[in-house]
Amino acid sequence: MIDKFWPDMAAAVADIPDGASVMIGGFGSSGIPFALIDAVCAAGPRHLTVISNNTGSGETGVSALLREGLVDKVVCSYPRSRGSVWFERLYQTNAIELELVPQGTLAERMRAAGAGLGGFFTPTGYGTALADGKETRMIDGRGHVLESPLAADYALLSAYKADPWGNLVYNTAARNFNPVMATAARCAVVEVGDRVALGTLDPEAVVSPGLFIDRVVVREQP
Amino acid sequence: MSLPRLTTHEMAARLAADIPDGAYVNLGIGMPVIVANHVPAGRQVIYHSENGILGVGRSPEPGEDHDPDLINAAKDPVTLIEGGCYFDTAESFAMMRGGHLDLAVLGAFQVSATGDLANWATHDATYPPAVGGAMDLAVGARTVYVLMRHTTKDGTPKLLETCDLPLTGTACVSRVYTDLGVFEIDRDNASAHVIERFAGVSAHALQSVTGFKLVE
Repeated sequence: MIDKFWPDMAAAVADIPDGASVMIGGFGSSGIPFALIDAVCAAGPRHLTVISNNTGSGETGVSALLREGLVDKVVCSYPRSRGSVWFERLYQTNAIELELVPQGTLAERMRAAGAGLGGFFTPTGYGTALADGKETRMIDGRGHVLESPLAADYALLSAYKADPWGNLVYNTAARNFNPVMATAARCAVVEVGDRVALGTLDPEAVVSPGLFIDRVVVREQP
Repeated sequence: MSLPRLTTHEMAARLAADIPDGAYVNLGIGMPVIVANHVPAGRQVIYHSENGILGVGRSPEPGEDHDPDLINAAKDPVTLIEGGCYFDTAESFAMMRGGHLDLAVLGAFQVSATGDLANWATHDATYPPAVGGAMDLAVGARTVYVLMRHTTKDGTPKLLETCDLPLTGTACVSRVYTDLGVFEIDRDNASAHVIERFAGVSAHALQSVTGFKLVE
């Protein structure tokens, strides 16, 4: 019987090695896998590449990984949110590498990796500094930029409910990057609010089919 | 010489008056989000938020029970209108790039005479650059309106022959709404047609704070 649930957060992230690339779902504080991130901080793998839309706020989420000095490089679209102080400190002292990617290109690069595509041409960024050094092509009279697929070793994700097969549903706008990251990571680890029995999720409403999901952990209720 | 200038809310209201009924609209963070408060009664506008919402509603009242996951692009709490829906980021940006949004209203540091937009990076190298969804909106929305003050705080024009700040997109802006007037960019002639000059602003005064030729 397939059952992707793991007993605790620590076990589910224990094998993340030094130097791993890790996607982290969420937008602002919505849909962030806070408990899984805390478990990674405790385990302490170093030289991580973190791929996430933002760079955290205050002392939790992606900020905690930055504060602990576990991250060498960030791939993100918007590292300037309110309270993103840990990223700013590292950036100003050249202690971290930043790859800035337009948000839609970031998501689509993940989609390309998850969908087995070798890349795509997008009009986004054409004629700007973020296209410097990239191959371009005129398509239907419009400039496009070639973007490459973006995969990762792990994805740390957050969802509302999961069944034992890892089928997921989300809560309102907490969906954001979580589904597309699930497709692009070699090992997708999800924290969820609830485990539900097989057959109880409406098949029409499942957002992330369980085949994309490797490990699920129920987060403790505050 | 000090010019009579519209307040932020008056600017937002002027732009809101031009949003057609039934439009799907993305409002950028900062001044553009204020536009939602000024859409004329009886007009239905569906707001898109890049983090995966169509049908963004009002902000929750202070003390009102609300879902902490339900935020807009500025990370502020919002509600969902009846008929609204959620989707993931990849689909959200497909809506933008695919030309499915009727209008994007963006803030700007600078706009050029050919409709180039600069709104994501300054020359301050100590400050991390952040682009978010601005480049996708600039190329993807069917129409891009800019809502910004006509000059910087020290009076430097923000409507320029060419932008000197890093570009967000090229030849993408159709109209600019400022605190002095409304301007239709004429990309082919590198100029702008003055749709409206606000009360008390002379053509001469307006041209003197604009970095390219205005056509009345």
